[in-house]
Amino acid sequence: MTTLKQTALHGTHLEYNARMVEFGGWDMPVQYAGIIAEHLAVRTRAGIFDVSHMGEFIVSGKQALEFLQYACANDAAKLKTGKAHYSILLNQHGGIVDDIYVYRLELNAYMIVVNASNIEKDWMHLSEIATKYDVTLENRSDDNALIAAQGPKTAELLEPVTSADLQSYRKNSVFPSKLCGIDVLMARTGYTGEDGFEIFCAPREAAGLWKELHKLGFAMCGLGARDTLRLEAGFPLYGHEWNDESNILETPFTWVSKEYKDFIGRDAMLAKPKTKMLRGIRMIGRGIPREHMTVKLEGQTIGETTSGTQSPSLKQGIALAYLEKEIELGTRVHLEIRGTDVEAEVCEPVFISRSSPGQ
Amino acid sequence: MNIPSDLQYLKSHEYLRLEGDIATIGITDFAQDQLGDVVYVELPEVGRIVSSGEAVAVVESVKTASDIYSPVSGEVIEVNSSLTDEPENINAEPYGNGFLFKVRVTDTSSELLNAAAYREVAESEA
Repeated sequence: MTTLKQTALHGTHLEYNARMVEFGGWDMPVQYAGIIAEHLAVRTRAGIFDVSHMGEFIVSGKQALEFLQYACANDAAKLKTGKAHYSILLNQHGGIVDDIYVYRLELNAYMIVVNASNIEKDWMHLSEIATKYDVTLENRSDDNALIAAQGPKTAELLEPVTSADLQSYRKNSVFPSKLCGIDVLMARTGYTGEDGFEIFCAPREAAGLWKELHKLGFAMCGLGARDTLRLEAGFPLYGHEWNDESNILETPFTWVSKEYKDFIGRDAMLAKPKTKMLRGIRMIGRGIPREHMTVKLEGQTIGETTSGTQSPSLKQGIALAYLEKEIELGTRVHLEIRGTDVEAEVCEPVFISRSSPGQ
Repeated sequence: MNIPSDLQYLKSHEYLRLEGDIATIGITDFAQDQLGDVVYVELPEVGRIVSSGEAVAVVESVKTASDIYSPVSGEVIEVNSSLTDEPENINAEPYGNGFLFKVRVTDTSSELLNAAAYREVAESEA
């Protein structure tokens, strides 16, 4: 039996009676008060999530930008210092190694945040590319705790306890600050579809900061609500919508791929046949979609779901699914749930209106 | 956790309340707590003949779907149709308004546990 890894907040989760589950090799809280209550707290007010299990790499040096341009699909040359963007790492076959966030911290220093379950894979992948560039690549995953504060009231709640003028930092800004007297790095980013900040701090400060934020009115949230929130917002999750064989061009995230520049996997990706498209599914009949359910049109299989749940906001079953690319939005389809075909509709893979503060 | 002493249990977390030859079946307080917010229930049809140990219903929380096994054999004589609109009753009152269905019993499972034995099962999984 392998021992599960613990974040700096592990003891705090136990103290507050969170229900713990294994996630990507980590012992993480799946819920505190309950997934629906936490989900709605984030949609209407604000909540905090421990996402310290995610990995952080720092790339610095004269060729940091050149390195990122070759390693990532998005165009890092567009990032000014203090800004961040979503990006994707491809393998040589044009498949997806991981989806990541890239933060430009200084002129020649960037932070890359990667999925917890992919830290080692990404590290090997990026280390190999780094040998060809004049850069220093450091794995700082163990040196950072990460708390995501998310929801429409986040800025209002944080304003009195931070040294930064939060209003001046728009979406995708990253900046050092003091928060509750603690040195932190804050980014106006998130994975819920709401406004919010992701807060990087030293592991030894994390428990104190978590408790201060809870006292300010943030609901403590687990990975269960994080998953339902991201699914309503239509954000992909590695291991579900993305894997080593996925093609960006078969998803709504084609905008991430900047093919006017050279990056690893670009030509292989462009050469791949494009046969399917990532779509949304809304249930019409009764039933809750889950991953790996068959989607049918007039009895014929046209695809498979990659994630599914009951949407706490819509009180309706929702899913993401790869469907044959010809299937149009609005098409009535059936989802096979435990041997029964249940009616559903194909839609855009976004189920709520996403908040875009200060954009 | 609430484990009433007058009920019988399966280690798969169903309870059975036997009154004469009528059995009321639901999931335990421990089970509803482990599942979290229940959002969907699939119940058997009234009149269906079920066998003990047979998967006859499904309870789904936000995260997961769970099969419900009948602790008795017999005919389903009533289902708790209020759960279609208010599945959260299973969380609020698992032994009351959150029951799943009733069966006219012809035979019971040989694997039924009393409250003390079920408590051991639940505590080992907590």
